[in-house]
Amino acid sequence: MHEETVYDALTNAHDDAGHWAFGTGFDEPLAGVDTTVPDGVDPADLGVYCLMLGDDALVLAQRLTQWMTNAPELEEEVALGNTGLDLLGQARLLLARAGSVGVLGRSRSLATASIPDEDALAYFRDADEFRNTGLVEAENGDFARTMVRLLVASTVRLAVFARLRESRDPVLAAIAAKGVHELAYHRDHAARWVLRLGDGTPESHRRAQDGVAAVWPLMADLFTATDVEARLVAAGVAVDPAAVRDEVREVLTTVLERATLTVPPWPDDVAPRGREGRHGEELTALLATLQGLARQHPAATW
Amino acid sequence: MSAVIADPRAVAETVTDPELPALTLADLGVLRDVRVHDGTVVVDITPTYSGCPAMGVMRADLLHALHSAGFDDVEVRTVLSPAWSTDWISDDGRRKLAEAGIAPPGPAPERTAGPVPLQLGPPRRTASCPLCGSADTEQISEFGATACKALRRCRSCREPFEHVKEI
Repeated sequence: MHEETVYDALTNAHDDAGHWAFGTGFDEPLAGVDTTVPDGVDPADLGVYCLMLGDDALVLAQRLTQWMTNAPELEEEVALGNTGLDLLGQARLLLARAGSVGVLGRSRSLATASIPDEDALAYFRDADEFRNTGLVEAENGDFARTMVRLLVASTVRLAVFARLRESRDPVLAAIAAKGVHELAYHRDHAARWVLRLGDGTPESHRRAQDGVAAVWPLMADLFTATDVEARLVAAGVAVDPAAVRDEVREVLTTVLERATLTVPPWPDDVAPRGREGRHGEELTALLATLQGLARQHPAATW
Repeated sequence: MSAVIADPRAVAETVTDPELPALTLADLGVLRDVRVHDGTVVVDITPTYSGCPAMGVMRADLLHALHSAGFDDVEVRTVLSPAWSTDWISDDGRRKLAEAGIAPPGPAPERTAGPVPLQLGPPRRTASCPLCGSADTEQISEFGATACKALRRCRSCREPFEHVKEI
């Protein structure tokens, strides 16, 4: 096969489904990666765990891109877009990993039979099949609340990914090792904004404190493992969310105190909600935007 | 003896980066390995960032270059581990970056196994102006036009410039 131009190669490099993957005609992100499941690990559990981590990234990326054309300054718009792009990349790798261990199974419908796993998972699951936490699906609110949420979400994710580098699943370990550098950048960027807003004008301080009040309760279900996570923790594959709680608390307390913000009481733990597929209307509305085009025109090329 | 038309590694090493066309994928450290296995040319590439949108174009460019050089069976594989670091940009790559008006990265932060320490102060990164050489520069934005770059400005010649940030 000899392509005449690079553009021919782009569209011909893969099979008929090549126009998927966000309409780029690009590769599947795990092309050529050894995706063998380690001994003693239930592929179904591994798939669901990849959905948990992948959906967190996909949904938060979608929230951050809602700031495009709306951010308070151009540089910050670029920053939020870049952060979203990093998260989208992590989501693609994780959803592709979920697909590679067969998470779609028999739920593959005719409509999704010919498209890559990552796209079938992103565009053709309903809200109750998503495994993201409520923290990432909540509305952005104003810029201060957005930054507080980004600080909390990236602090938790960074703490999890730092440990996940030791996972017995080599694909998860590699995705985590790559993600750690990106997440550290996101967390520190958000932390500096919270500092600037909290220790800024009376108005920015008030907004940052309101943001903290809105985001804090969303941490209640972050630190309790689901059954799937508990089994994978025992198998050396997953990170126990309870194990990152102290580190998260220390980081957030440090930032808020430096920002002259009041640290609210830590919320009491509750059973996992989003991780078990229980979501609010906010996710349904978000998915309607995210999935609308793909569902209305499943064979579209662009 | 098989009829070798060209060295596949030499061909792959000519392919340039879609977003930094002054540099080759080899200069950037994105091209990890080129080998021939059972008559198939196997090329390993690694993404700079998880969301790097250029991976597909890189793959297509490599296929195109190798097919054009007469290699029919080519497989481009993604390698995720070890994660790419700016330390992998070659000396040649750094020189070409500076010539293109982009400040090359300094040494990447040390990678440790434990928790990643919080950085509340402004990033301690520095970069000399690629236009006038002055070390007196300031950061305008931590994020630039692509995921791998930040925006800076030179206080001496007042020109803004891009800087490949260290990871």
